[in-house]
Amino acid sequence: MTTAQTTIEIDGDSLKKRLDKAMFASRRRAFLLVLPLLLFVLVTFVAPVLYFLFQGFYDPTFSKLMPQTSAALADWDTVSEPDEDMYAALVADLIAARESRTIGKVATRVNREKAGTRSVFTSSARRAAKLEPPYKEALIGVKKNWADPTVWEAMKTASNTWTLGYYANALDYRQNADGSFQRQDASRRVDTTVGFGDWSFTVNLGIHQLLFLRTLQISLMVTVFCLLLGYPIAYLLATLPLRTSNLLMILVLLPFWTSILVRTTSWIAMLQSQGVVNDLLVFFGVTNDDGRFSLIYNKLGTLIAMTHILLPFMVLPLFSVMKGIPPSYVRAAKSLGATNWTAFWRVYAPQTIPGIGAGAILVFIVAIGYYITPALVGGQDGQMISNFIDFHMRKSLNWNLAAGLGGVLLVIVMFLYWLYDRIVGIDNMKMG
Amino acid sequence: MKLVTKLAPAALAVGMTLGVANAAEITVVSWGGAYTKSQVEAYHKPWAAETGNTVVSEDYNGGLSEVKAQVEAGNVKWDLVDVELSDAVRGCDEGLLETLDINEMPAGDDGTPAIEDFLPGTYTDCAIGTIVWSTIFAYDSTKLDEKPSTIADFFDTEKFPGKRGIRKNPKANMEMALMADGVPADEVYDVLATAEGVERALAKMDSIKDQVVWWEAGAQPPQLLADGEVVMTTAYNGRIFNAVASEDKPFEIVWDGQVWDLDLWVMPKGAPNKEAAMDFIKFSTDTKRLAAQASWISYGPVRKSSSALVGSFHDKPDLAMDVHMPTAAENMKNALQNDFEFWADNQDQLNEQFNAWLAK
Repeated sequence: MTTAQTTIEIDGDSLKKRLDKAMFASRRRAFLLVLPLLLFVLVTFVAPVLYFLFQGFYDPTFSKLMPQTSAALADWDTVSEPDEDMYAALVADLIAARESRTIGKVATRVNREKAGTRSVFTSSARRAAKLEPPYKEALIGVKKNWADPTVWEAMKTASNTWTLGYYANALDYRQNADGSFQRQDASRRVDTTVGFGDWSFTVNLGIHQLLFLRTLQISLMVTVFCLLLGYPIAYLLATLPLRTSNLLMILVLLPFWTSILVRTTSWIAMLQSQGVVNDLLVFFGVTNDDGRFSLIYNKLGTLIAMTHILLPFMVLPLFSVMKGIPPSYVRAAKSLGATNWTAFWRVYAPQTIPGIGAGAILVFIVAIGYYITPALVGGQDGQMISNFIDFHMRKSLNWNLAAGLGGVLLVIVMFLYWLYDRIVGIDNMKMG
Repeated sequence: MKLVTKLAPAALAVGMTLGVANAAEITVVSWGGAYTKSQVEAYHKPWAAETGNTVVSEDYNGGLSEVKAQVEAGNVKWDLVDVELSDAVRGCDEGLLETLDINEMPAGDDGTPAIEDFLPGTYTDCAIGTIVWSTIFAYDSTKLDEKPSTIADFFDTEKFPGKRGIRKNPKANMEMALMADGVPADEVYDVLATAEGVERALAKMDSIKDQVVWWEAGAQPPQLLADGEVVMTTAYNGRIFNAVASEDKPFEIVWDGQVWDLDLWVMPKGAPNKEAAMDFIKFSTDTKRLAAQASWISYGPVRKSSSALVGSFHDKPDLAMDVHMPTAAENMKNALQNDFEFWADNQDQLNEQFNAWLAK
């Protein structure tokens, strides 16, 4: 008896335990299966992106390389005249920075806050070791800019290790020494017209604001064009017999598999003023040799090339959704007396909405970060914010500002995604 | 003698099997096109033949971004980079470059020590100069009835209608715009240092803005001219010269208002093959090599001793090079040297204003 009872107890106990164990084992197996991918994504994508965005807030250049000056500036009220102690700290830091060959970094950092201060730092550092107290007069003797309170204000702003300055700059504001923000100078702003016809009005935008707006505008237009061009193609592909539609599908996929660079440069050959399209227009007498159209190196070129490149992203989800709509629905509608248009608009089109949603968001989100095509065919008014991020990465070497611009772009994309989810619903999206 | 002849094949055999590791491979980065070709012919090939090392040649479009990225990531792939003076100075200040000592360079062929043989200002703590080059403007002589002759003509679309090619960068363009607007060359940077001066330069560029095709790589302007995309374009003088000399293009250079600059060798901090790269710098900047490069492209050597050796174009003995150099007296009548310190100080701000102007 006793032995039997214990067996049942053990059995009862072990059943629950075994279930738990089995569940735990399967969860662990699932986790272990995705672990390589998870690690890969974390190490190669999430961590670098976060680290980079972090650079938009964190800039230790000045505080690290000019420690004494930074300490002196921390106590400075930005109003009173800098005293001898501050100048002495500055001279000590200049000598050290000159020796460690880091003066250029310091000078570049302050130059971002006040243009023209770069050479003040480098040339003063070259002579700093020979200076005698009182340092205030000595430094002003080397470069009279040291008497200018705005140079000290620029240093104070630069000495903040944690700063909102770069994100402010990405939105066309600048941070003052006392921590307040103000709009960028008028020379860095542009009057631009927003809206259509009677509803248009002029706004005075900063250069980054303008580019963010233009990026959204171009992406939206590309999405609309892709939908207008892609919907009939997808419909055709979905309704033709399999043999023909497979053949036509190749025509959609072939460009999809071709390198973006190849497709973009082909558009240059097609659209340039001595290119194929203009040659044909001249040949057919639409225009003459002096009146060749500017189809590329402007916004139009960006729109044409991007629409072509992103078209498959619209066609493919639309096609797979349309393929799943039974033709009997439209037949039923017609047999109940619907006209062709009613049957399409009331019965067919609503069922394609998940495909439209998927295609539209794919095209829009890929377009918003597009870089190489606008860079090659965009000329001056077809540039997007990504080209500016590239500029600050590769040319001006202001990576912190690039991080700020990238961060703002990411926030905009996430906001639009959230908005889309609220209006259309992410569950309504179907890739295939 | 016998020993040598006996040993030589053995050494050669060893060299072929084991010695691959001994022969260095250095990566030399430059601006591509006809310019890189002149360096390959005048420096890379003879150096490789003499030392048994190999040179991998890469192209870039200027700037310090790649150097900065490599140095800061601690993964330096480039051994030598051909840079403009402003980048040489900036890179040195920011600690991105190795120091290079001018006194280690070979003396001139006439025995002058390097420090006296190099023209003043053509070397820095971190860079050794090679050539003088210039931004000029050029036109296709078959497309224009009247010949432009001054920098003002470039900005005059009424007298000379048609598209203009301009580098998408404020550098040299702002200076040219001011000179075209009547500012004497020696006052350009004083004017440009003021807010009104910048406005003035941008206003001048505004007058042709809707006619501009922007270029970025040095190989583009001759192509734009050849394709008929533009009737005039700013360009690097050597690119235009080579299109004329080797491809018989009907291009003409206007030297009035030229903005000249230097190209220099720099070594990124932590370059993988320092010794071989240093040997390459010494080799390529000696009197003969600098003069040899000038027979491939019309950029002037920075050594005084090389000037005397500059002869004719490499495959055209009757095409004398000296009159095509930016430094020829005839071409220097109204010329401006790029002020590296001005640009190091102001390029961030001017870039932003230029970009804002572009986006208008």
